[in-house]
Amino acid sequence: MSVQHTDIYAIALHHRFQWEEAQQSYVILFPEGMIKLHGGAGEILKRVDGKVSVGDIVTALKNTFPDVADIEADIIGMFELALEKGWLRQINV
Amino acid sequence: MAQLNNGVAASVTQKQPLWLLAEVTYRCPLHCAFCYNPTDYDKHTKNELTTEQWISALRDARKMGAIQLGISGGEPLLRDDIEDIVVEAHKLGYYSNLITSGVGLTEKRIQAFKEGGLDHIQLSMHDITEDISNFITDTRTFELKKKVAGMIKAHGYPMVLNVVIHRYNIDHVDKILEMAEALGADYVELANTQYYGWSLVNRSQLMPTREQLNRAEAATNAFRERIGNKMKVFFVVPDYFSDRPKKCMNGWGEVFMIVTANGDVLPCHSARVLPGMTFPNVKENGLEWAWKESPAFNKYRGMDWLKEPCRSCDEKENDLGGCRCQSYLLSGDAETADPVCTKSPHRHLIDEALVAAQDPIIREQPIIFRTDKNSKKYVEGSQERVDQFHALP
Repeated sequence: MSVQHTDIYAIALHHRFQWEEAQQSYVILFPEGMIKLHGGAGEILKRVDGKVSVGDIVTALKNTFPDVADIEADIIGMFELALEKGWLRQINV
Repeated sequence: MAQLNNGVAASVTQKQPLWLLAEVTYRCPLHCAFCYNPTDYDKHTKNELTTEQWISALRDARKMGAIQLGISGGEPLLRDDIEDIVVEAHKLGYYSNLITSGVGLTEKRIQAFKEGGLDHIQLSMHDITEDISNFITDTRTFELKKKVAGMIKAHGYPMVLNVVIHRYNIDHVDKILEMAEALGADYVELANTQYYGWSLVNRSQLMPTREQLNRAEAATNAFRERIGNKMKVFFVVPDYFSDRPKKCMNGWGEVFMIVTANGDVLPCHSARVLPGMTFPNVKENGLEWAWKESPAFNKYRGMDWLKEPCRSCDEKENDLGGCRCQSYLLSGDAETADPVCTKSPHRHLIDEALVAAQDPIIREQPIIFRTDKNSKKYVEGSQERVDQFHALP
């Protein structure tokens, strides 16, 4: 799946994204399952709100983590994975 | 941030009771022949936890990291406080699931659940034919279940269907999946019967043949190919037909914690069948002590307790020796390798059971349905079909 900078996503229906204190990480919850997200993935998905575009998220993360090389490819890769897994739904279609 | 994709981990932090199953009552309007509830459940129907005790248990478990909550039974809707439990679960941040037969789910109640923040409802279905659905549950509930499926969908819930598979419906798996599609199901679990509780008593009456199983699996795969991502279909393989045991509950005291109707705290649904064990109870013990400190939860945790042939087995991490209850129920020894394993000295018990289930005389013995009357007989010790599976003294 190709992800464009202009795309806007939200967490998929019947899925919930939340911070888990006991696990010190963000998780995605859905019927019969849970995915624990490690730091970088959580940083991306917490910005997914059905309003901001992928490009906005890339810009924001570049500003927050100026020292990380090739962050854009990582972010796009994360969106592609999340789409494939069904964690996100596209708003701008 | 350098390895974002690799940073997505399906694994979870060890030793937190991430999944809490609240078996809020053993009372049930259905009488399913395959029910895994204890055959002597009748002794736990008059000492159920109160609403306050349940809410307190939910709070304590949440502090320990529990996040997926199953509200199950029996039929949970026989209690009139499920609405209160749902509201509290939502406030605490659980992802909550009502596991129901559908009996007792009214428009008013489902609306209250939606407003209260219940996340999903798992509905049990039994067959595409009214005859078999009503036969195996010993009730007339087929039409009602279809109506309830419509209500679940209409309220915007993900539709999660659970279908227990046995000899009487396994040849209909393709049609069952088509029915699920027509009902708009998002997830379907085809749960081949596991033999505990009532289903163990009725094992020879429920067990399919290997050929039936192979056909059902092929039908499921063909359906998956056609449906793609529209519906997730889980096919829970019956361990009797496998040559390695299941990693039961993903390990004893690893991620699952069950609180039963009367407050017992268990690492698995049927652990109380094990001899010489004392399980904690929320009326007397804190959940944190139960999970971390109690002798029962530590007894089979990890791999240190394993005996041969498991101890030196190079596959031990895959299954942790299998299921303690199954080992005990079939061999009489709770600490031996799960008899499903072909490396177990007791594998012949599984093979004999597979043969017995096809014996025309044995398989035609009447089903013992899950009824209060039959359960009372188990409590009293007057039920005839009870110990036939203990091969050893």
